[in-house]
Amino acid sequence: MTKQVQQIDRVIIRFAGDSGDGMQLTGDRFTQETASFGNDLSTLPNFPAEIRAPAGTLPGVSSFQLHFADHDIMTPGDAPNVLVAMNPAALKANMEDVPRGATIIVNTDEFTKRSLAKVGYDGDPLSDGSLSEYKVSQVPLTSMTVKALEEFDISKKDAQRAKNMFALGLLSWMYNRPTEGTLGFLKSKFAGKPEILAANVAAFEAGWNFGETTEDFAVSYEIKPAKLPGGTYRNITGNLAISYGLIAGSQLSGLPLFLGSYPITPASDILHELSRHKHMGVRTFQAEDEIAGVGAALGAAFGGSLGATTTSGPGMVLKAESLGLAVMTELPLLVIDVQRAGPSTGMPTKTEQADLLMAMFGRNGESPVPVVAPQSPSDCFDVAIEATRIATKYRTPVIVLSDGYLANGSEPWLIPDVADLPDLSVDFAAASDGESEFRPYERDPETLARPWAVPGTAGLEHRIGGIEKSDGTGNISYSPSNHDLMVRSRQAKVDGIARDIPALEVDDPTGDAEVLVLGWGGTYGSIGAGVRRVRRAGGKVAQAHLRHLNPFPENLGEVLRSYDRVIVPEINLGQMGMLLRSRYLVDVIGYTKVRGMPFKAEELAGVIQEVIDRV
Amino acid sequence: MSEGNGNGTGTGFKGLGLVPSTDTEYKMKDFKSDQDVRWCPGCGDYAILAAFQGFLPELGVPRENIVIVSGIGCSSRFPYYLSTYGMHSIHGRAPAIATGLASSRPDLSVWVITGDGDGLSIGGNHLIHALRRNVNVNVLLFNNRIYGLTKGQYSPTSESGMVTKSSPVGSLDTPFNPVSLALGAEAGFVARTVDSDRKHVTSVLRAAADHQGASFVEIYQNCPIFNDDAFGPLKDPGERDLRLLRMEHGEPLRIGSDRGVVQGDYGELRTADVAEVGEDALVRHDAHRQDSGYAFALSRMDYPAFEHVPIGVFRDVDRPTYDGQMNDQLAAARTERSGHAELESLLNSGDTWTVN
Repeated sequence: MTKQVQQIDRVIIRFAGDSGDGMQLTGDRFTQETASFGNDLSTLPNFPAEIRAPAGTLPGVSSFQLHFADHDIMTPGDAPNVLVAMNPAALKANMEDVPRGATIIVNTDEFTKRSLAKVGYDGDPLSDGSLSEYKVSQVPLTSMTVKALEEFDISKKDAQRAKNMFALGLLSWMYNRPTEGTLGFLKSKFAGKPEILAANVAAFEAGWNFGETTEDFAVSYEIKPAKLPGGTYRNITGNLAISYGLIAGSQLSGLPLFLGSYPITPASDILHELSRHKHMGVRTFQAEDEIAGVGAALGAAFGGSLGATTTSGPGMVLKAESLGLAVMTELPLLVIDVQRAGPSTGMPTKTEQADLLMAMFGRNGESPVPVVAPQSPSDCFDVAIEATRIATKYRTPVIVLSDGYLANGSEPWLIPDVADLPDLSVDFAAASDGESEFRPYERDPETLARPWAVPGTAGLEHRIGGIEKSDGTGNISYSPSNHDLMVRSRQAKVDGIARDIPALEVDDPTGDAEVLVLGWGGTYGSIGAGVRRVRRAGGKVAQAHLRHLNPFPENLGEVLRSYDRVIVPEINLGQMGMLLRSRYLVDVIGYTKVRGMPFKAEELAGVIQEVIDRV
Repeated sequence: MSEGNGNGTGTGFKGLGLVPSTDTEYKMKDFKSDQDVRWCPGCGDYAILAAFQGFLPELGVPRENIVIVSGIGCSSRFPYYLSTYGMHSIHGRAPAIATGLASSRPDLSVWVITGDGDGLSIGGNHLIHALRRNVNVNVLLFNNRIYGLTKGQYSPTSESGMVTKSSPVGSLDTPFNPVSLALGAEAGFVARTVDSDRKHVTSVLRAAADHQGASFVEIYQNCPIFNDDAFGPLKDPGERDLRLLRMEHGEPLRIGSDRGVVQGDYGELRTADVAEVGEDALVRHDAHRQDSGYAFALSRMDYPAFEHVPIGVFRDVDRPTYDGQMNDQLAAARTERSGHAELESLLNSGDTWTVN
């Protein structure tokens, strides 16, 4: 029978199940299929910190949301059009986000009395009418998978585990996804286990065939490829993009990369990735703690490496001391903070932007450090290169503020041509005959950077450290006037970077908006999508997004003062708002939320419209 | 620059495997910096500094390839007084900083200078991990059994009950035995010396430099201001020969002329009258024993309170170094392709698609 194929322009699918159900893998595979088909996309994995919370419970629910379209999109979407719920816990945990009329595909095998009771359902939502306003497809996913794999010589447990591939096959049919990528992926993943490989392939195909033959699914959907700029693309997460950006920074600067790091969610994947690239001269050092991670990176920087350390909030606080030493010794150092919900341990797998003021000020003494923040998963690549440029040119630690949403979320990335990347080559101080005295704190008149004289260079032997330095010679100095000069010089060096960064660009299509939305970091997509909604409804609003947080772009004050109202949405309690108010005396309107999740576009559109209406 | 650029053929020291050698004939004065030395009069650090400056020419390494990294404390002022490269870093972190430097620069001879507070208290974690990893650094721990720079509080090596500014009725802490700690942390080279015996200090420095991997040297150092004469019994001419156990590899362990070391029923070491047990019953010192149990037993002989104090090399055992293996992994992974070509293919790896 020929089924109807319906054209749609975009869809948001959420896969949800138990932590052990393989939802992240399922989502990831569906994403790769979608990427290679040529849709624009954006993803939002959402998982518990526990590796395996008790099966079937609400805290154990793991989900993966994917938004894809035939046009360019900016966020993983506010609310799913399709929810795949592998058990009652997944249904219950996600229902509040699912709008009426949406499609819900449930695995009925898991809807037993016991499983329902475990998450507090009194009755069975599949039969008590509570889902009557949704399009519910009841599919016995587990038993159909087991049945499809009867002939294979594998355990019942292994057969049941393949149910995520059945679900993936079904959804791949529903949205006419190409399957070669997934088949290839399974082949390499289970290369050493031919029976498991065959079973997973069979489960995937069974899911596809089920969609094609059953009358439950009368329609499949087609979403045409998006018209993206020409070039070669790949799908990339923020953590992978940071890793590639650090390797690129190393190549472009000609400095070997040294990563000192201690495992921490959600930053560990950068350590994992970089440890795989020894062929590019990358040294990774898994330290005994966060302090040793940054200490070793600084030691390597003293020796002429591109020193980097990766962490999240609870590790950042421990690195403050070494960051201070890097400020004092004026050595290049990259510090990547993949922010997560705090304070303290907080919520390790949930996103937040609340480390901003710590990055700015969280050290003893006057201790200025440049801060940059990526705005999307793929932008992490460019920001890592920019951080390398600033650190090496100005001989300073640089903090990169990524976040959990950027780190794990993904989007298509137009792969740059290596030849188009900037030349960041570095000049070390040259050997001398030792006749003239070497002055390790003699500053470059333009950048105020001091020379980078690496051990092994004859005639430049010198001592650095955390004690205040005498201007020029670098010898210990307790002179009051010298300290005042050095404190101001370090600040002036960082402030001066403002002359070397692009002006803040404002997107104001009509040119006469009275309201500006200003964001920074990972909120770019949500703000952009909110702004689009407002504009579609006829509202006028300008948008700008900060990448350089310290120093700010030189024109920021002028931009702020050009609008009647400035809204600053942040996933904290108004930290950027505080900086802007104190620096520019502009009464910005904060909009803050700390739910561990990105903003929703609809929510921001409402906030923007409300301010427009009040002007 | 980050690659080893010499075979260190000329240095003669195993621990300097990839450090280039030099024909320059340095003198002690070549290693003195122009900075005024500012320790208290009578401080044991002066003697250690002089012994170290006197020893450095022996290394046969260009001055620019030597780096001294220290933490915070009186001893950590050390780098300022040497005309090599140096970093006076932050409290306790020198082993971590030195690990990054040494593992990225096999062409450097890296020395960590620390004290009992810096290395065993605030930096205890970094010290034990540097030792177990076997990073090719030489750690010199100046033990004066007191906090000097903060003016006289008890340290992790101060004896229990010690009355100090912060323990007016006696410290409640049980002290570390730094040598036992280092052995427990799997250190391959562990030695002890005393500040006032320059010849002995020099011999231990020489052995440390000759060891490939982490070397740990405890140096008993007198603080004349806050803990004067802490090691008096080991320096007093009348008493020292009854207490000091000078360890020489391959030689019987003797204390003074009459006493020697024998093994007890449980593997522990104790002293005995040589006349009573006979010369053959004495334990012959073997610094190269793989099992650290023997060296550990030696380290316990100073209990209680300097009863017998072994000085010299407790343990000198080779095992692969962290930095050496890290560099081997990099070398094994290296390809013939240029870095830019590698970067190009890295960025284009995985599932890609083309939009026209």
